[in-house]
Amino acid sequence: MAETMLAGPRQTRSLKRDLARAERKRKRNAFLLVLPLIVFVLIFFVAPIAGMLERSVVDTDLMETWPKTAEAVRTYDWEKDAVPDEAVFSALAQDLIRSYDDRTAAAVARRLNYDISGGRSLVMGTARKIARLDQPPASWRDTLIETEPDWGRAETWAAVRRAAGPLTDFFLLQTIDHQRDIDGSIVPVPTERAVYLQIYARTFAIALTVTLLCLMIGFPIAFLLAGLRENLANLLMILVLLPFWTPLLVRTAAWVVVLQEHGLVNQMLQFLHLTNGPIRLVYNRSGVIISMTHVLLPFMILPLYAVMRTVPKDYMRAAHSLGAPPFTAFRRVYIPQVMPGIAAGSILVFIIALGYYITPALVGGAADQMISYYIAFYTTDTVNWGLAAALGTGLFAATLILYAIYSRLVGGVRGVM
Amino acid sequence: MSGAVTGTEKAWRVVLYVVAIGGFFFLVAPILAIVPLSFNDGQFLTYPLRGISLRWYEDFFFSGTWMSSIRNSLIIGVVAATIATFLGTLAAAGLWLADFPGKRFISAFLLAPMIVPMVIYAVGLYFYFAPFDLTATFTGLILAHAVLGTPFVVITVTATLSGFDRTLIRAGLSLGASPIRVARSVVFPLIAPGVIFGGLFAFSVSLEEVITVLFIGGPNQRTLPREMFSGIRENISPTIAAAATIMIVLAVLLLLSAEFLRRRSSRLQAKG
Repeated sequence: MAETMLAGPRQTRSLKRDLARAERKRKRNAFLLVLPLIVFVLIFFVAPIAGMLERSVVDTDLMETWPKTAEAVRTYDWEKDAVPDEAVFSALAQDLIRSYDDRTAAAVARRLNYDISGGRSLVMGTARKIARLDQPPASWRDTLIETEPDWGRAETWAAVRRAAGPLTDFFLLQTIDHQRDIDGSIVPVPTERAVYLQIYARTFAIALTVTLLCLMIGFPIAFLLAGLRENLANLLMILVLLPFWTPLLVRTAAWVVVLQEHGLVNQMLQFLHLTNGPIRLVYNRSGVIISMTHVLLPFMILPLYAVMRTVPKDYMRAAHSLGAPPFTAFRRVYIPQVMPGIAAGSILVFIIALGYYITPALVGGAADQMISYYIAFYTTDTVNWGLAAALGTGLFAATLILYAIYSRLVGGVRGVM
Repeated sequence: MSGAVTGTEKAWRVVLYVVAIGGFFFLVAPILAIVPLSFNDGQFLTYPLRGISLRWYEDFFFSGTWMSSIRNSLIIGVVAATIATFLGTLAAAGLWLADFPGKRFISAFLLAPMIVPMVIYAVGLYFYFAPFDLTATFTGLILAHAVLGTPFVVITVTATLSGFDRTLIRAGLSLGASPIRVARSVVFPLIAPGVIFGGLFAFSVSLEEVITVLFIGGPNQRTLPREMFSGIRENISPTIAAAATIMIVLAVLLLLSAEFLRRRSSRLQAKG
């Protein structure tokens, strides 16, 4: 470097080039340090999630088990008749018999059952009966319809077409309480089956209530802390950080104990003669709201406190000295300055609350479960993976949008803590 | 203050203090309330206590399931936190060293594991790990928890680095040290408290995580929170209170060491 400097202006251009090259190298090296984590997150985080969300549109159960039927259904001219001709029925019969023999029919039976009630017994029942036939009948169409009259119904065939894959919008439509009718146009599902929008609404309502409660309790706490001397504030901060570091399960257990029928809260209420008998506080909505607020409160206080600490006191003093009434000064001078903290904290709490599973599962009743519960339920209990994935897609999309707003507000890595 | 303190302002102030103090109480009281119950001699988790006894701790420490759950939690937590600390520290250093294209997006991307609903991730892993036989293995859970810990390491190390004086690096380089030597002898000692803080954070994330354990953990990977989950769901017993108390003590220890490290790192930075 010393040499180039001594060489004089003749060398400036190459010096510039060297500098640019050094700068590029520096950037590349910096990026190489980040790369391992990017790869790690891609392989063990992004790929599993992408694989899960993919199941909301990929629908290959029928296609893989009944390849001939899927093909026949796809090529059939449905303009002619909603119940297809012999060629399609013959493909179906062959697939049915084969899948009954190698015991794969259950997958299709399950898939059709998602769509039409009795789909499972229709498939399994037909398969069992026609597998016993000694030789193929003259017309599969007549035989199948005779065995199970449902094969003669347009609704059944519409369901088969919807399940023919490889892609489907069936599950996604179902999560917004819609479906395709026989003609393929999108219509609302009958009211008794319209449950998912209600679950979404409930999830949003719980998350919103918790966020507002966190703001109402968190704001005064952060404000109080921000006005204290640093030593004292740090000391009191431990009261916020202790629950933050205490495992979720411990806090949930604590709330179950405190809120139960003979728990502390009920004892206190009765002692103060506020109620006569014990009131039900747990395994219902109030339990969910109380414990979620408790769990998420630190996520509101920390960003609020971080912003409030940086607000200079001079502005409020100036507002006072200019004659603004205290409340006006607070509303028009202080609040706008801490707005980024309010927004960041609220969005953070709302995002985390939306995806909550453990707390509602343990302290909520059947009517207080949020969307995550149903994702888990459809994955492990009813094995309706397409529906689980579709619900996951909705939740994921909501989270992603809010997170984009959030990271725009706080600017990447910094400012979260 | 020139403005006279009016009655309304005083009233507001009182409301503020009352809510804040009530809020502090709300935050801490339930956690503290469960501790004495773990020493209760009676069968039920209610006050007043029916005498002091350590029987539930005996129950806890002499039960094979609780002990193996502690062991599982420690194995998974320590290994996952180590991986997370290593990858997260490198990434935070890279993000701090230079502005490269897409940096904003990359940092937002790296924090995603903190934000994406855990059930989606756990269900994703449930399908993703199956063909590799990673479900119901320690490896699978360690990898999952390592991913979940990385954002916290990135955040804490980034925060530490933002107070780091870059001229120290130039000084080291100009004195003839290799970049690796500078990283090892100058940068690392100064940011070490932040790195350890991040590691503790990642460890505590693993220690409290239960959803991925529910989905991809097998009977041999039942962790402490997993046992507590079944305990709370099936029959909440005083042993749960004992387990909770032990975890609270652990949390206090983690909090104190984190606080110690945070102060130490800010003192070091003030000197630099």
